[in-house]
Amino acid sequence: MKKHLSAFAIHFAIWLAVLFAVYPVLWVVSLAFSGDGGAPEPRVIPVPAHPGLGNFRAFLGLAEDGGVGLFLTQLGNSLLVSLATAAVAIVIATPAAYALARMPFVGKRSAMRVLLATQMFPAVASAVPLYLLLETLHLLDSRAGLVLVYATTAIPFAIFQLRGTIETIPVDLEEAAMVDGATRLQAFVKVVLPAARPAIAVTALFAFMSAWNEFILAATLLSRKSAFTLPIVLQSYVGEHAASWGTFAAGALLVSAPVMALFYLVQRQLVAGLTAGGVKG
Amino acid sequence: MMTRLLRFACFCLSLLVLITCAPAERPPIFVWHAYRGNEAKALEQLSLEYGRAHGVRIELLALPYGAYASKLEAAIPHGHGPDVFIDAHERLASYHRNHLVAPATAAAEGDFDASVLDPLRIDGTIYGVPLASKCLALIVNEDLAPKRIASMEGLLDSPMPQGVYPLAYEAQSAYAHAAILHAWGGQMLQADGSFGMVGPEAEASLETAKAWSAKLAKEPDAALVTQLFTSGRAAAVISGPWFLADLGSTLKVKVLPLPMLAATGKPLRPFLTVEAAMLTPDGAQRSEVLAFVHWLATDAEALRVRGAVGKQVVASGSGAGESETTRAFRDAAKGAMPMPTLPTMRATWVPAEQALRKALRGDATPHEALEEAKARFIDAIRPPPPPPPKTPLLLVMGAALLLLTFRIVQRVREPGFRAELQASRPAYRYVTHAAAIVFALVVLPLVAGTATSFFAGTRADPTYVGFANYTAILTARGGDLLGHGSFYLTLLVTILWTVLNVLFHVGIGMALALLLSREKLRLRPLYRTLLILPWAVPSYVTALSWKGMFHRQFGAINAILSALGAEPISWFAKFSTALAANVATNVWLGFPFMMVVTMGALTSIPKEVLEAAEVDGATSWQVFWRVKFPLLKPSLLPAVALGAVWTFNMFNVVFLVSGGEPDESTDILVSAAYRWAFTRDAQLGYAAAYAVMIFVLLFGTSRLMEWFGAKREAK
Repeated sequence: MKKHLSAFAIHFAIWLAVLFAVYPVLWVVSLAFSGDGGAPEPRVIPVPAHPGLGNFRAFLGLAEDGGVGLFLTQLGNSLLVSLATAAVAIVIATPAAYALARMPFVGKRSAMRVLLATQMFPAVASAVPLYLLLETLHLLDSRAGLVLVYATTAIPFAIFQLRGTIETIPVDLEEAAMVDGATRLQAFVKVVLPAARPAIAVTALFAFMSAWNEFILAATLLSRKSAFTLPIVLQSYVGEHAASWGTFAAGALLVSAPVMALFYLVQRQLVAGLTAGGVKG
Repeated sequence: MMTRLLRFACFCLSLLVLITCAPAERPPIFVWHAYRGNEAKALEQLSLEYGRAHGVRIELLALPYGAYASKLEAAIPHGHGPDVFIDAHERLASYHRNHLVAPATAAAEGDFDASVLDPLRIDGTIYGVPLASKCLALIVNEDLAPKRIASMEGLLDSPMPQGVYPLAYEAQSAYAHAAILHAWGGQMLQADGSFGMVGPEAEASLETAKAWSAKLAKEPDAALVTQLFTSGRAAAVISGPWFLADLGSTLKVKVLPLPMLAATGKPLRPFLTVEAAMLTPDGAQRSEVLAFVHWLATDAEALRVRGAVGKQVVASGSGAGESETTRAFRDAAKGAMPMPTLPTMRATWVPAEQALRKALRGDATPHEALEEAKARFIDAIRPPPPPPPKTPLLLVMGAALLLLTFRIVQRVREPGFRAELQASRPAYRYVTHAAAIVFALVVLPLVAGTATSFFAGTRADPTYVGFANYTAILTARGGDLLGHGSFYLTLLVTILWTVLNVLFHVGIGMALALLLSREKLRLRPLYRTLLILPWAVPSYVTALSWKGMFHRQFGAINAILSALGAEPISWFAKFSTALAANVATNVWLGFPFMMVVTMGALTSIPKEVLEAAEVDGATSWQVFWRVKFPLLKPSLLPAVALGAVWTFNMFNVVFLVSGGEPDESTDILVSAAYRWAFTRDAQLGYAAAYAVMIFVLLFGTSRLMEWFGAKREAK
């Protein structure tokens, strides 16, 4: 009896948290599906007054000819930029994280401090210096330039996250491999990387998401409609005087759907990886 | 192999032929704008038409309004900007100061009225070709509003069906309030550029707004005004032409010039903004650009399309073919007052709006509120101090450099350094590329940002001021050290904000991770997915959703409270509740991160340890507190530290949810820095100094913690 009661209490607590997590999103969903803004009533349950798909149609550009094509191009840009950001960030951060976790070297402590410091400096006006930098690199108005900018903001965090994970992987395995004649690089690639896979997946997801949602730098650096990413399109529904909040909400849901799907996938990977690597003792 | 080479050579050759044979096309005309909907459609149509007729390609680029100014400012000075950009004249002064616009006297020749040309004049020269004008008018629902509206008072007192408001307008916005202010004979800005919203007229206008607000919906923002009108809950609204774009066709709508204010016998007089095609320095050099702009502004066909398709009140011609509503806006524009084209205009909005909100809330008398606003305006536009000698800065920088060199030399001369360096070589192969890229793209821009903090003035003409920005921050500019908007007060709020958030993040995140880690928990994947949701949706959307939920009259939180029998709360009227709203939003955004991190850390606790504790008869609380928590601590600390740093600098939530309300009291250091950079006369150097102070504080704290940690370990 007591056991049942505690199980009930646990589920109740979790459901309360789930409600807290989901409720504001439901308001966005309700706004996205309502045909007009709806009557402003003090409501507790978010249900659209006149349900309809008009907002989604407007965002996808179904109302105009050729609109969907542009949407798909921009979706492609977003995917390309975000995936490339995640890939570049991981490729650059993982070896650095490995060295910081495992190898002694001169300047290691300063490097860690500088990394932490980069997270502390608020980027109130870094758009213009970045613009100048990309200009000298001839990467303005290119997706490659945008990837570079996003990757650099993602790298410090990725190094932190991965260094922490690599430190928890037992050294014994690598040492055993190296005793058996493997080089440091082989040990890193064959032993450490597989063991760190779940953390790498989660870190990649972070990098992906930061690129997926960003719009100010994207709008500042890109100057062609066909090169735009989706958040720029989404933000263009918020004008100076008025905003189409319904379309904005519908667009936001569409834009965040791939991220949610990725979360779901990576979560599987996370669970699988963690149970496989549960040999630490 | 040969065939492949051959094929490649053929390909190259054909490419060369193609390039050389392509007709020498004229370079396109690049036009940037932030139009949406109808206006964008009209511009697209006209660009195509003009391009076809004149054999020149017009490249349009629609940009989100939120990134428009920053993009112009970054691109134009380096020659990557457009030839023409379209914007309202109120920002012309700032563009002019940053050298983003060129004189447009030649292209502006034509039949323009002085009323639309004068706002585009700076020191006698015309910058920009007027396209359209915008101002507020009264938009009425003919089924609800009285047939004849003689005065505002008459409208407000006319009988209405149950639950219908006679009027809805953005009462808390200074732009809307200006119409009332002008009806009383007051003004926002005086001709010499000093703050105008003081004196008996301005005070009377605040009294009027306050009297009206008692009869109208609470906390009306743009979205609420639209909702009230479209759902038939407001008989009339005060809004601009943009309002009609989102209206359905079911309402019977009429547009009227703003009515009389019976108390003064004068009509409400809104601000007039002129939208103009502004030429960039590069664009002004090209004759075909001038021709296009002139055509867009004055050609009969262009006027017709912009009026009929774009629903614009075109600035030239008689407005033939306009719809009835557009004509009504044209009539309204006749009585409107052009917004001053003075650089200080930008700095008036925020103090004026704060005074307005204070008076509406009843936190201060109109007189007090306005005097305070004037003082804040003067503070915001204060001129930079005289350029000091460069010696102190050079001395400090030299000393810092010397210290750094000394430390490095000291380290290099340590015994065994050479061997250590030799031993580090393999590690460098792993870190060099990351170090190089972080240095180039993260550290260098930050250093550039730091350099700005020693300057004042605009980006185009910075003046060196040495440490003046820092001394001004640290001395609260001679004011009360814990007074409104002082660095120290904001710091205290920021610390409170960070501590509260981190406590809730870690508490909720850890509790959920522990609950979810229980074996045999059903529905675990579902729970986990749903609990991660706040993380997956872009925060600028959900932050706005939270803001809506905290609305005084129509928000879900107050609806829940009243269902539970509690009194509704004006969340953004008091510091404590506004902070609570911000914290709730940020806790919601941040707890999934701590939950996932804890879940990861939990799996690294060996099962045997937990089993041993269970065998020893420990209660679950003891298992948590004595076993799990100590084991979790080392892997959680870095995440908590990082989370604290992020929260300390969490600009989005504060900006989007409370926006600093009430009266900037919930601003944290980053949002204060943002205010200096963007709303207060563009004090970029001052904002940069804020950013550096934030950095120094955080870095100092982390070093201190490190030191304490090392000391404790040594014991």
